[in-house]
Amino acid sequence: MIGTSAVILLWLPGRIAGVCGIAYGAMSRISGGNFDKEELSWRLTFLLGLILGAAIFHLVSGAEIPIRDINLIALATGGLLVGLGTKLGSGCTSGHGVVGIGRLSVRSIVATMTFMIAGITSMFVFRHVLGLI
Amino acid sequence: MVAFISLVCGTLFGIGLAASGMTDPAKVQGFLDVFGHWDPSLVFVMGGAVTVTLLSFRFVLTLQKPVFADSFHLPEATKVDARLLVGAVLFGIGWAIAGFCPGPAIASIAYLNPDIGIFLVAMFGGAYLGQILLKKV
Repeated sequence: MIGTSAVILLWLPGRIAGVCGIAYGAMSRISGGNFDKEELSWRLTFLLGLILGAAIFHLVSGAEIPIRDINLIALATGGLLVGLGTKLGSGCTSGHGVVGIGRLSVRSIVATMTFMIAGITSMFVFRHVLGLI
Repeated sequence: MVAFISLVCGTLFGIGLAASGMTDPAKVQGFLDVFGHWDPSLVFVMGGAVTVTLLSFRFVLTLQKPVFADSFHLPEATKVDARLLVGAVLFGIGWAIAGFCPGPAIASIAYLNPDIGIFLVAMFGGAYLGQILLKKV
């Protein structure tokens, strides 16, 4: 589903299905007052689609919504790092992981391996060494 | 047309995220907990997505241009630099701590749980901070 969506997005309108690129692209256009219709609207509709898709899935399948008790400080700290990291690193799991590797981009392959290792290592440290998460 | 196609793609993507468990932080953290109680199911999710793109992009990128646009909007950067690596490391750490990455976090708005708002505000805040930092360098 995720892969197919990325393929269609590249094939038809020629865009990269990298969520943070799409989201930050929209954010900088809105905050910069650049309301270029096409560049802003496709980004917003993609993001809207993400929300709709999740809603449709749960409504149609009846699958339980995963509400977990995540510490709010963890959400805030994690969010900050994710935002800063994906901005500096120019991509996230979809942009680098799915699309980037699909394009055989060396940058994306390296970035994906790096964030995976960082994530796995952090998990080990925070959960098993520090017992925080 | 581009906006409509994008809406459809976003929706497919969102269904995929929700169906695969990417919107469940417990599942994401389980996937990253390789040295503990490892839940490898997300390996198949990413593996499946990458297989589809690897196989299909080879053909799509040989086209002169996308069907509904003048050209492919592809990133130009090719070098692996410090910025990329630092960014990836920070992202990985944040991903482990919160259990969310951008896509699932945005899709989770559908769950109407205000907690995700904290992640999203922090995320956009972090991105904005990144933008400022990049201008200074």
